[in-house]
Order: sequence, then structure tokens, then C-alpha cells
Amino acid sequence: MLSLQRNVALGALALTIALAVLGAFVPEWILYTCALVLAKGLVVLGLCLLLRMNLVSFGQGLYYCAGAYICGLVSQMGISDAFFLTFLAALGSAVVGLILGLFLSGYRSVFFAMFNLALSMILYGVLLKSISLGGSDGVGVAAPTYLGYAPDGEMRLYVFFVFALAVAGASSVFAFLYTKSEMGLASASVKDCEIRLEYLGLSVRYLIIFNFVIASTLAGIGGALVAMVSGHIIPELAYWTTSGEFVFITVLSGPNGILSAFGATAVFETIRLVAGQNMPNSWQMLLGSFLLLSILFMPNGISGLFRRAKAPKPDAVGEGINND
Amino acid sequence: MLRKITGQVRVGLRAVSLATIACVCAAPIANAEETFKLGLVNFLSGPAADAFGVPSMNGGELMVEALNAGEVPEPYAGMIGFGGMPIEIIKVDETGGAQVQIQRFRDLVQREEVDAIVGYDGSGDCLAVAPIADELKKVVVFSGCGTPRIFEENSYEYVFRAGSHSTMDNVALAHYVARKLPDAKTVAGFNQNYSWGQDSWRDFSLALKELRPDIETVGELFPETGAGQYGAQINVLMRLKPDVVHSSLWGGDLEAFLLQAGPRKLFDRTNVVFTMAEHVLPRLGDKVPEGLMTGGRGAVGALHPDTPLANWFYSAYEDKYDIPAVQGPFRFVQTILGLKTAVEIAMQENGGKKPTSEEIAAAFKFASFDTPSGPVEMAIGDGHQAIQGNAIGISKWNAQENRVELVDVEYFSAKCINPPNGVMSEEWIKEGFPGAECDN
Amino acid sequence: MDIAFAIFADGIIYGAWLFLVAIGLTLVFGVMKILNVAHGALYAIGAYAAATLVNSSFFGQIEGMAVLIVMLAGAVIAALLLGPFLERVLLRLFYERDEIVLLLVTFGLSLILEDLIKLIWGVYSHYVPGPYALFGDVEIGPLFYVGYDFFIVGLAVVVGLGTYLVLNRTNVGKVVQSVIHDDEISRAMGINVARVYLGAFTFGVFLATLAGAFTAPMIAITPTIGVNAIILSFAVVVIGGLGSIQGAAIGALVVGLSRASAINLWPEAELFVIYAVMSLVLLVRPEGLFGQIQQRKI
Repeated sequence: MLSLQRNVALGALALTIALAVLGAFVPEWILYTCALVLAKGLVVLGLCLLLRMNLVSFGQGLYYCAGAYICGLVSQMGISDAFFLTFLAALGSAVVGLILGLFLSGYRSVFFAMFNLALSMILYGVLLKSISLGGSDGVGVAAPTYLGYAPDGEMRLYVFFVFALAVAGASSVFAFLYTKSEMGLASASVKDCEIRLEYLGLSVRYLIIFNFVIASTLAGIGGALVAMVSGHIIPELAYWTTSGEFVFITVLSGPNGILSAFGATAVFETIRLVAGQNMPNSWQMLLGSFLLLSILFMPNGISGLFRRAKAPKPDAVGEGINND
Repeated sequence: MLRKITGQVRVGLRAVSLATIACVCAAPIANAEETFKLGLVNFLSGPAADAFGVPSMNGGELMVEALNAGEVPEPYAGMIGFGGMPIEIIKVDETGGAQVQIQRFRDLVQREEVDAIVGYDGSGDCLAVAPIADELKKVVVFSGCGTPRIFEENSYEYVFRAGSHSTMDNVALAHYVARKLPDAKTVAGFNQNYSWGQDSWRDFSLALKELRPDIETVGELFPETGAGQYGAQINVLMRLKPDVVHSSLWGGDLEAFLLQAGPRKLFDRTNVVFTMAEHVLPRLGDKVPEGLMTGGRGAVGALHPDTPLANWFYSAYEDKYDIPAVQGPFRFVQTILGLKTAVEIAMQENGGKKPTSEEIAAAFKFASFDTPSGPVEMAIGDGHQAIQGNAIGISKWNAQENRVELVDVEYFSAKCINPPNGVMSEEWIKEGFPGAECDN
Repeated sequence: MDIAFAIFADGIIYGAWLFLVAIGLTLVFGVMKILNVAHGALYAIGAYAAATLVNSSFFGQIEGMAVLIVMLAGAVIAALLLGPFLERVLLRLFYERDEIVLLLVTFGLSLILEDLIKLIWGVYSHYVPGPYALFGDVEIGPLFYVGYDFFIVGLAVVVGLGTYLVLNRTNVGKVVQSVIHDDEISRAMGINVARVYLGAFTFGVFLATLAGAFTAPMIAITPTIGVNAIILSFAVVVIGGLGSIQGAAIGALVVGLSRASAINLWPEAELFVIYAVMSLVLLVRPEGLFGQIQQRKI
């Protein structure tokens, strides 16, 4: 286990550094999209953890938006340190996730999806009415600083990209190790048979809450990153179609991947950027068809493709054996 | 009154056209191979596409084609495109929220390498894009977005708005109501639950309180955007029986409200006054209730001034698209003409080269130019925010011509309904419009 | 007193409309376990279909109550064109999958249909206000109601009762009930389950297009009207209990009355009152008010 941890950490570090170097040679408009992908990929990563338990949240925008607003509002008070803001957003959304998770852990399937949706729509409604928080027009977010270092114009986006890369890298390592841990392995079998888990002495409710808190924390971090990179946040981050978008990407990614969460986000963002530009009246149709085809031909998403190629026999994580 | 304003418009027009002619003579035409690449952004999908986005883009395309062909009448006759450079356009959809807009904005600037961008109707989008424009040092000229926040909370170098914001629209309406409804004693608000609705109601009710302290507010409703069903809200208004109902609804919501409130006799019982209902009049036609007071956020559409430029645009648009031009296209071409003026002033200064963003931005500040909606002056927000006159009228069905007319129109001069430079609009209204120059 | 009456009447009217919009959603879920996100887009298509027929030169001459038949025809045609096609060609491919996967399939479908609407009917609003005036108006104290509102209440009652009676009192209904209870055993008993699915889905689509067709006269028809309809329908069926028709009726009334109360008493809360009620109901009754009636396989 220890060597696994070390190998994964080293691998992630190498990948992060490689990407950071690569980022220096990429034009800025791609870099911005890359930063968005890292931020949204974190939300998707959290949803993947839930999808492993066969839970789909149509309200993940709630934590995403909460993280973004925590980051934005604190930055307006003059605190602009990216590390501190990200930590605060993570903490805040974890607390919200814990409180709501206590209630939500009793729900499954469509009811889980819809309860989450209702909660995120309440936040949306409250934000629209909060004129002091900018109402529907939203609030601006100050440019982040890094432990006292304030990059100027040209460097700002690149430095942020490296920061986001580090955060995403660390979160991915954590998520990967978590899925290989006892808790993580137990969680993956919630979807197969809850009663068997209870019989083994594990609390399904506790497992769900635990994963839910991780997912909401990741969504909160993603929200904080989005707030910092775009410099402006709006209540629409909590609107149900934002959450629907995340679910879309999660399905594309499949439950079992870490890198695929970011890969699927990149695919989604690319389609939207290119198609949105060239065919404004039919890009939704393209996305919809893409979703249908990927559900049809890649039941386990992008992650499923790679697994099948590498390991024909289902491994310990239980590569989504189609038993439903 | 009308004649006086038209006279003023003429004088302003003459000044502007003289300036432009001077500019045409002085500036050597830029290198013929150079083009000016212009990004046009507006809603091509979603609820605002039908009300504003698509008509705006249509108007923009018409104007760009006419500019490239040199067909625009005085004061723009004789100068092709922007300072002799043909304009090349790239259209972008504004749907998707602030994050997507920033992404597309960067894409336009850094990949497509446009020379400037005009457009944006959503306030949230404008607020999000403004800092990025400054960061990338690229001129962006907003066409819509009602919020006064952009230049009141921040200052930007490369960001301009060549159209009105919610304050002047609603202050003009308050003036009109104060004058036309001397017996009104009570008012209620019926505005959408988002910033445009909230800001409009705030500006209108504050302004009305200043002008007519005797009018009491008896209720305020904020229906959800896109709700579509207003039966319950209309009954609340019927029960409250206010003398005046203020509404800044637009698009499909406004149309649904008009269709539902008519049979419920709301318009018989109370005067419903609209900030911007002008844009649905041509399409709803005889379904528009008689006697609605409405503006269109400027002297636009059927309220356009009687100038060669306005008449040309109004009829060219109707010829091409079979429907009269409403406020969206008027605001959008106003933005393009503002940019054209700035580019040409900048070329005059730099000896006729294609101007840089810095040069365009410097030339744009405090510029004034003529538009189909009358003269526009970049007078406030430190030269970044336009002021223009506004017109309010009352709807009347003309069966012979088969279209809705606006009658009893009053024009309000720009200086009457806008705060002076450097004054916050909300404070300005609360203090009783200090410095306002109203001529009636 | 006025206020109490207004809340009651507006709540019932709005609730009846909501029920009409949501009943197809709950029926399709009840029979097929599909939470059809495309329901909103189908509702929009119904509105466009009705408007297109009524405004067409062929039917344009029709006056009076016969217009209602034309609108109904619009809904039927749209449902017959779309229902069997979607069920046979698209959904069939995914029946072996999980409930939540089917939800996502219909989510993808709704994205496609929304753009299809724009391609067929353009982005400009369509109107068909004629029928709205058919039933005159009713003055009650200081309030005016449009007769058409009460027609919608009547239509909702007819559609709801009709569906309920067909499901519970006829042979066809018994067959459907048996499929709801257990499709495998039904198949073993010789029931053509595929045909039940086809029929149930097409009828669900028809209920969506019907709601759209009869909403059309009240509104400006735009490509986005479905988004609001689907989110409200979610709230209604989740509150009432998924798959239960009585539940949808109660859910629609609860939402209708709480929205009307908010508008009259606390206008600031209008937007989130629906979701607050939904959360509250889920908290107290995790499967919705009538959730237990739903016959689901474990």
C-alpha cells in the first residue's frame, strides 16, 4: 500500500510538472479553457465517486456555487490568497455537504437526484433575491495572490493554471488512493448490495455521507477555482442546468476513472466551444446526440474504454460489472 | 414640443455630420488590403434570442453590409466600412452564462484575433467580460445590459457602452407618468425577479417618489423569469387597485402577461406603464391592448427621430426582414456606429493607419456621434458610458396601416434623464436629480 | 376574505394547469420507470403543433369551439409522430439499463428536441390567442377570471379521472397494472409487454403535447417554455410520489396553493417556495405523499 501511495504520488507529480511546463507554450485562450477544465473536472471527480454508488446528484451546482461564492465574497473583503480561499471554500462546502448529507443519505436513485435539485434551486432563489450579493448579475472576484506573490497581467493566467493543476493533482491523488482504500472499496459495493454491506458490519448510511462530503468538498474547490479564474460569479452556478451539465460529463467519464473525469470535461468543453461558435442553433443537438451515443456504446464512459483495453478481467474495484 | 426636439436633433446632427465630413477629408483612406475584424456577440438561443439577440444581429449585419457598400446616408455617407477598411464580422452566441462568455471572449480576441467586439445584452455577461477586456487590452462596446453597475462600481480602460442603462430608461418613464397621470395616487411594481427587474423598479419608484411625493407604493411583485403564467399576480394587482403599475418585463414573459392581463381587464382598471414594451408591439399587432404607456430604452423603433439616417435604417430593416426594427437592432447599430466614429477619430489622429486598441479607446472617450436613435454622447462614466434621449408614447392600433402606433410621444433630452459625469445614478435620483437639464 | 378566496381560486387554477403538465410524466414513470426529462420539450412541441394548425390557412377559418378540436388534433398528431418513434427507435435500446441511465438518455433527448424546435419553428414567438377568449370572463368581487382558466380546470379533471379509470377499471388498465407490478411475470403470462410500453409512452407523450396545446393560447410560444414546465413537473411528481396519478393531483394542488399564497402574502418567496415545499415533503415522506401506492419491484 505504501509503495502504491508513493508511486501514485510520484506519477501525479510528474504529470503535473509535465502539464505545467506544457502550459507555458500554450496560447492563453486554450490555457483559460484548461483552467476551466481543471475546475469543473474536480466537480465531476466528486460526482464519479457518487456514481460508483449509483447515486446521481442533479444539484451538485449547490456546492459548486457555494464554493464560488465563499471564495468571491471573502476575496471582496480584501483577502486574496488563493490557497486560503480554496481552503475556505473546501471547508465551507464540506460543512454544507455534511449537514445536507445527513438528510440525503436516506435517499436513492431518482429521489436522491431530485432532492439535490430542489436544494440547489433554493440556493439559486435566495441568491437571486440577495441584492447585496449582486443578485442575478453576480459579484466580481479579486485577482488571486499566492502566499504574497501577486503575478502581473501576462503571468496571471499561467500562474493560476499551475495552481489549479497542483490542486487538481493533489485532489486526484487523494481520490485515487481513497478509491483503493477500505472505505473506497466498500463504497463501490453499495450499488451492488446494500444489505450485504450492512451484514458485514458496515453502515451504508455512513459510507454515503462520507462520499457525499468528499464530493461536495471537491465541488466547492472546483467552484473556488472557477471563481478565481473567471473573476465573476453568478447565481446560475446553482441552477439545475449547471448540475445537469456536470452529470452529463460524469456519464461521459464513467464512474471508475480519475483522469477520465478531466478528460471527459475537456471533451465537453471543446465541443461546446467549437460547436457553440460555429453552429449556435444546433450545438445542443450535437451534445445531446453525443450523450446518447456515449451511453449506448460506452456504458462505463471513457474510463470503461481504457479499463477494458488494459485489463480484460474485472479487477477488485469491480469495473462496473453490468449486473443491473 | 416635438418640433423643438426635432430641431435640436437637427442641430446636433448637423454638428456631427460636419465633424464627420471633416474627418473624411482629413483622414487618408487606410491601406485597401486591411480589413477590420469585428466580433458581434448576442443571444442566438435562449429566451432573449427572440426578443433581442436575433433582431440585433440582423440589424448589425444589415449595417455592416451597408457600411461596406457605402450605402449609409449622412453623416456616414462617403466612408466605406470603418475608416475605409471593410468590416469582416464573426458572430458569437451569448448563451451559457458568465464563464462561457469569458471563454468565448478570449477565443475571439486571442484565436480569431478580432480588432474589437460589440454586443452583449446580459448584465451578468457584461460585468464578467469587462475586466477581461481590460486584461487583454481589447476594445469592447456593450450594446444592451441594463445595469448601471459597470462604470459606477469600477472603471475600465477598454470598455464602453454606447447605449442607455436602466436609470435613464426608468427616470424618463417616471417623468412621463408624473406628467400624464396627474390624479394617480398609488403605484405598484411588477418586475422580473432578477437584476434588470429589481434595478428598474428601484429606479422608477425612487424617481417617481421625487417627482410626485404624493404617490404611495402599495405593492411590489417579482415573478420568476420565464414563469409564463401570471393569473395569480394579475389578481393581486386587481385587488390592490393601484393607479399605476410599473413593469420592465420583456420578450415572451411580457407577451404572456399582455395576453393574460387583457381579458382580466387589468388595463381597464389601472395604467400599466412599461419600460421597454416597444419591442413586442410589431409582433403582437392588434393583440396589444390600447393605451399602454411604454418606452423602448431610447428613441428607437416606432419612436425613432425623423432624420435621414433613422428613416433609412427603419425602412431598410423592414425591407430586408419583413418586420419593423425594434429597440434591439437600433441599440446594436448604435454601438457599431459609435465604434466607427472612434476608429475614424483615431485614424485622424494617427495619420490614417489602422488604429491600435489604445488609440481607439482614447478616441472613444467623450466622443459623440449620430445614430438612428438620435445623437449619442459618451458623456458619463468618465467617457465610457453613453447618454441619449428617450421617448415614451401610448399604444394605439391603426387599422388602416395594420400596425400599432405610439401616440402622444414625449421626448426627453439626454441631460434631463441622466446623472452628470461622476455621480452615482441611485444617489442622483434620491437627491432629486441635481444638475438635470429638462426643457419642459 | 378576498385574499383567501384569491389564493384558493388561483391555487386551484394553477394547480390544474400543473397537473395537466405533469400527469404524463408520472404515468410514464409509473409504467416504465423512466423519469422523462424530455417531457418539457414534448410539451413545447405540443404548443407549437397546436399553434401551427390553428394558424394554418386550412384551419384558419374555423371559428368557435371547433378550434379546440383543431388544437387537440395538433396534440394527437405530434404525439403519434413522436411517441412510437422515440420509444421504438431510441428508448428500446436502453431498457436493460438502470433507472438513472434512462433519466440521462431522456436528458440527452431533451437537448436534441430543443434544437429541433428551433430548426423547425425558428426562435421567434408564435401565438394562438383566439381560443383564450372562447369562454368569456367571470367577475368575482374585485377579481376577474378568464373562462378559459376554468376550462383548463375541467380538462385537468377529465384527463385525470379518465386516466385513473382506464388504469383501474378496464382490461387494458389491468394489463398495464400487471406490467407495472412485474414485467417479467406479465411476459410469462402472455402479455405483450413491448406493446404496453409503446402504448404507455405514446400516451405519456400525448399528455405532454396536450398540455402544451391547451397552454398555447395563454402564452407566447418560445423554444424555452419547456424548461420551466419540466422543472415544475419534477416538483409536482416528486411531492406527490413518482408514478402515482392521485399523487400528481395532490402535488399539483400543493404547489399551486403554495405559489398562490406566496404571491399574495409573501411575494419575495415566490421562486423558492416550490422547492422549499418539495424539500419539506421529501424530508417527511422520502417517497413523496403517495409514494407507497406505487408498485415497484424491489
